[in-house]
Amino acid sequence: MKNNISHSEAAEIFNKDVERVNWHDETLWFVREKRDRSAHQIPEWELLRETASQIKLNVLSNIHDYLVEFEANAQKNGIIVHWAANAEEHNVIVHSILEKHNVKQMVKSKSMLTEECHLNDYLTERGIDVIDSDLGERIVQLRKEPPSHIVLPAIHLKKEDVSETFYEHLGTEKGNIDPQYLTESARHHLRDIFLTRKAALTGVNFAVAETGEFVVCTNEGNADMGAHLADVHIACMGFEKLIPQRKHLGVFLRLLARSATGQPITTFSSHFKKPREGKEIHIVIVDNGRSVQLGREDFRNSLKCIRCGACMNTCPVYRRSGGHSYHNAVAGPIGSILAPNLDMKKNADLPFASTLCGSCTNVCPVKIDIHDQLYKWRQVLVQEGYTPKVKTIAMKTMATVLANPMVFDIAGKTGRFAMKNLSGLVNNKLNKWYDQREMPEVPEESFREWYKKNGKATKRKNDE
Amino acid sequence: MKVGLFIPCYVDQFYPKVGIATFELLQKLGCDVDFPMKQTCCGQPMANSGYQHLTKGCDANFITNFADFDYIVCPSGSCVMHVKEHLHSDTNEEEATRLRANVYELTEFITDILKVKSIEGDFPFKVGMHQSCHGQRGLKLSQMSELNAPFFSKPEQLLHNIKGLALVSLTRKDECCGFGGTFCVTEEAISVKMGQDRIKDHEKYQVDYITGGDMSCLMHLEGILRRQNSPIKIIHIAEILNSI
Repeated sequence: MKNNISHSEAAEIFNKDVERVNWHDETLWFVREKRDRSAHQIPEWELLRETASQIKLNVLSNIHDYLVEFEANAQKNGIIVHWAANAEEHNVIVHSILEKHNVKQMVKSKSMLTEECHLNDYLTERGIDVIDSDLGERIVQLRKEPPSHIVLPAIHLKKEDVSETFYEHLGTEKGNIDPQYLTESARHHLRDIFLTRKAALTGVNFAVAETGEFVVCTNEGNADMGAHLADVHIACMGFEKLIPQRKHLGVFLRLLARSATGQPITTFSSHFKKPREGKEIHIVIVDNGRSVQLGREDFRNSLKCIRCGACMNTCPVYRRSGGHSYHNAVAGPIGSILAPNLDMKKNADLPFASTLCGSCTNVCPVKIDIHDQLYKWRQVLVQEGYTPKVKTIAMKTMATVLANPMVFDIAGKTGRFAMKNLSGLVNNKLNKWYDQREMPEVPEESFREWYKKNGKATKRKNDE
Repeated sequence: MKVGLFIPCYVDQFYPKVGIATFELLQKLGCDVDFPMKQTCCGQPMANSGYQHLTKGCDANFITNFADFDYIVCPSGSCVMHVKEHLHSDTNEEEATRLRANVYELTEFITDILKVKSIEGDFPFKVGMHQSCHGQRGLKLSQMSELNAPFFSKPEQLLHNIKGLALVSLTRKDECCGFGGTFCVTEEAISVKMGQDRIKDHEKYQVDYITGGDMSCLMHLEGILRRQNSPIKIIHIAEILNSI
């Protein structure tokens, strides 16, 4: 994944095409509004969010017990359980299962965990042909791009882009942008894949400790098509995907789709409990930094995330910068609080890619305090030394001026004088404010100067 | 009731008229208002940039300035939220705690503490209200579009009785304007785009003025409006409420 430029630089490039940015913004806002309508139809919506948040808090506080319970029950069902401490181990495990069965081709349904672990590249390098079967994922895979959104992987692309991609890779008619035609072509292409692959990999939306089963939610049925036709089904999950009991599924399934796309429920919520005769189901349970995040008191709530993407759709910054600008498998507000845990240096810019407007926190179905965590990450990143030196010097100067009333007064007067009489000092290319905005007009006097002269008089007049 | 007037640093320097309107308005509403002359800044610019540890000087200065007041009132939701959430003292935490509990944004002070339901005024214009995020979501000055809950709005309630004022209903009721403190320069491209889009929403309803409770958002929008030579003007809500 590209990471040679920061979020702000990538966003600046993304913003050069105004029409595309507007389209991206409006499309995601449309989804956000659909989410509002759907959520507001449920009188107990806020209670549902609170319930989900509490259930997840319970899971995080008792994660060890639930994991052990889940493993035992899954094994009882005949599922083979694997544990991976990090991305590398996860990839090795998946590869070894494929090798054991002599599988050279695998079909995958959407799994952000495998994106996080860069599984596709790992397997491809080892001669395994991996095909993503979610339509959006397939489109970005053909373009050799990572997904830009966890629910809508190709939302940054227009139908013209898809048409061009399919023409190049699937041999569709050049210039045909009819969505029906393009979808149909993808469908035929994927159908051949489903029928010929011996191994299928899926993600996991919820794993139930009580029963040892897991649930995968898709709108295209692609996870089912892959898993049902293959001899080996590999399911990969971060350990936070656990929920205690089957009855809790009702809470999460009601929240997930409404938050994600405004649908009452995903089209397919498939339950997998035990392998059919002669087939295998493997589960790979991955840590990859999650236990570290669990140990960070201020950030452990981020592990409640059920990957609905609502925070991205509502985020005014995400909508105008695109998912790729976040240079992390999970983009947007939630990605910005998960990414620094994985690599502080590489992702130090992400918690600053926000205005802290707080909308993400309000839409989050499991009530993660996302914008507060963004604020807290900023403090951590500064303390750990991951901010530019220039910024630190500027902040120290500012702190000195603002802590001292007399210096503040002088600085204010000097600043206003300069802005008024030496405008070239301020209105130039070095001033990022001035690039596309005018500076405020300088008043004759500051408020405190006015108050010194008129404050008492005004008060007297008022008392009379 | 002794009220300490807390005027944000940039309002003091660039928008004294907002300070004057706030001062006069509070007096009209019967408060004994004073402006402590040695106040500077709440420290938010540093804190939001990750340098909260450098705000101790600002905190100490704030506490010295406002220790004598029953209430602290400020025409900016953002600065109030910073004080409410982050003001601390190594030497007098008790006083810091008291101040955190008694600092109010102007419209919430008028509605919640003074219990004033409406204000007479005269402002015969079409107005769009920009809900600033820190006031709205941070201080809960009005209901947020994301939540499933009944509507209320402290600032809008106060604008109801202003003669001639026609408040338009925006398409995106509470979208952020993109100011975001140092965000406005560190993420300049997005910040400006967000501001431009926010303005478009107001333009769609042909407003004469954009108002709001936070001058920082309005300053950002004003900068873009002036660059575009737009006829739309900005005005802080205190100036409208103080219109007669």
